[in-house]
Amino acid sequence: MPKKGENELTWRDLEIGGIVTEPGNASQYQTGDWRSQKPTYDFDRCIKCGLCQLFCPEGCVEPNSDGHFEADLYYCKGCGICARECWTKVITMVEEEG
Amino acid sequence: MMAKRVGMEVSVAIGEAAKMANVDVVAAYPITPQTHIVEHLAELVADGELDAEYIPVESEHSAMSACLGSSAAGARTFTATAGQGLELMHEVLYVASSMRLPIVMTVANRALSAPLSVWGDHSDAMAVRDTGWIQLFTENGQEVVDNVLCAFRIAEDQRVLLPVMVHLDGFHLSHMIEPILLPEVEAVKRFIPPLKYPFPLDPLKPVSMGDFGPPFIYSEAKWAQEVKLREAKDVVVECWQEFGKQFQRHYSPVEEYRSEGADVLLLTMGSYSETAAAAIDKVRAEGKNIGLVRLRLWRPFPFAELRQKVSQARVLIVLDRALSIGGPVGPVCSEIRSALYGQAKQPKVVSIVGGLGGRDISVAGFEAIISRGIKVAEKGSRNEFEIFGVRE
Ligand code: SF4
Ligand code: SF4
Repeated sequence: MPKKGENELTWRDLEIGGIVTEPGNASQYQTGDWRSQKPTYDFDRCIKCGLCQLFCPEGCVEPNSDGHFEADLYYCKGCGICARECWTKVITMVEEEG
Repeated sequence: MMAKRVGMEVSVAIGEAAKMANVDVVAAYPITPQTHIVEHLAELVADGELDAEYIPVESEHSAMSACLGSSAAGARTFTATAGQGLELMHEVLYVASSMRLPIVMTVANRALSAPLSVWGDHSDAMAVRDTGWIQLFTENGQEVVDNVLCAFRIAEDQRVLLPVMVHLDGFHLSHMIEPILLPEVEAVKRFIPPLKYPFPLDPLKPVSMGDFGPPFIYSEAKWAQEVKLREAKDVVVECWQEFGKQFQRHYSPVEEYRSEGADVLLLTMGSYSETAAAAIDKVRAEGKNIGLVRLRLWRPFPFAELRQKVSQARVLIVLDRALSIGGPVGPVCSEIRSALYGQAKQPKVVSIVGGLGGRDISVAGFEAIISRGIKVAEKGSRNEFEIFGVRE
C-alpha cells in the first residue's frame, strides 16, 4: 500500500480483497484517537518498577529518556488500568480536551 | 475426440463439468435437491477419476469456510448447495466475495422453511442477492453445464476474481435426465486457463486476508467490491461470446424469445422460462403480439440490456418465484421497476408471483398469467402483486 494518511486512502489504493501484503502495518493504526481520558504523570513518585507497562493492554508503555515509564499517546486508548495499578499513584487520568 | 451427447441426470452432469474443469478442492455438505451433485463428485474422487481433495464437512457453514481456505491457497474450488444450506452459508458468502475468492458454486434452488419444503423456488437465491457474488440463472441441463464451465473462467479472470453462483431449479432441473452435449476435455482445458490467484497463501510470502477494516477504510473496501462486481459484467459477456465461438452455444445477460416489437412482454428466470416460451407460441398463434424476456445474469444486474429490451413494450409482466414478504412486490419485479424508474419510455410493470415451493405452472397456467397481467395493467388490482393460483 502506498504511504498515505489513513484518511487519504481511496479504494484504488487497496489490494485485491483488502489483502495486507506488508507485515506489521497495524502499527500505523492510530488507536489513540479512541481515547476520552489520558494518563498524566507525577514522575517524582515513580519507582520505575514497570508494573504499568506489564498491565497496559495496549502495550504502549515504554521507559522514556529518564527511565520513567510513559504511555505513547499515539496508541494509548485511555483505559486507566495503568493509573489503577500503579502503587505509588504516579498516574492520574484527565479528560481529553475537545 | 468430439463432444458427445449423453442422456444424463443434470446433477451428475454438473459433477462431470466440475471434473472437466479439473477442480482441486470440493468442500460440500449434502442437501436436497443438490445432493446428487456432490455425491457424484465424491464418487469421482473416490474412484480416482478426479484428482481433487474432497472435504466432507459437518455443515454448509463449514463447507463455505473450507472453500475460503482452499481458494485462498490458490486451489480451484467448487461446491454446491440449496435452500436452507445456502442460508446456513450466508455470512461466509459475504466473506468469499469481499475477499475476492473465485469459488464456483451451483445452487439447486429450493424454497425456504417453514412450512418445510424440499421443492423448488427462488427464495434461497433472493436471500443471497446482496452477497456480492456473480449470479447466473439457467434453464436446462445443457445451460447448467455450459455455465458451470463459464463460471470458472469468469471467476478466475484477473479482472474479476469474484465467486460465481450458478442457479438451477431444484428437481425441475437437478433431477431431470436430459440429453447433454459434454464438451471435449481438451477444449475445456483451453477454455479455462489455469488459475493464477495473485496472492495465494504461501509461508514464504505471507499475506493477511480478511483483516480488520476500521471505519476509515471500510467504505472504500466496499466501494472497491461494488466497482469490481459492476465491471465484471463485460467479462461475463466476453466469456459467453468466447464460449459461443468455441462451442456454438450462445448466452447473453437478457435473452429474448419472440419479443421483438411485442406489445406485451413476460419476464421469467430459470427453468420455467421454457414452459413460458411454449405459452408464448400458443398466444402468438392466436395473433397476440406477446413475447418473452429471460433474465440470465442476475448479478451484476444488466441495467442497460434490460432497459433496451423492455422499454418499448406497453406491458411487462414479471414472474417472481419468491416473495419479499411485507415489501413492495416480488423481488425481481421490484428491481426491474427500479431499473426502469425515470426512463422516458417504460412499460407498465405488473408483478405476479408463482411457482412457490415447487408448484408447477403449466403452459395453460402461463397463458392465464399473461391474460391476468394484461388485465391488471389495464384495470389495476387491489393488491400490489398477486400470487398466481393461490386459493384465497
Ligand atoms: S507502575 Fe507507577 S511506579 Fe511503576 S513504573 Fe509505572 S508509573 Fe512508575
Ligand atoms: S491508559 Fe490504558 S492504554 Fe493508556 S497507557 Fe494506561 S493502561 Fe495503557
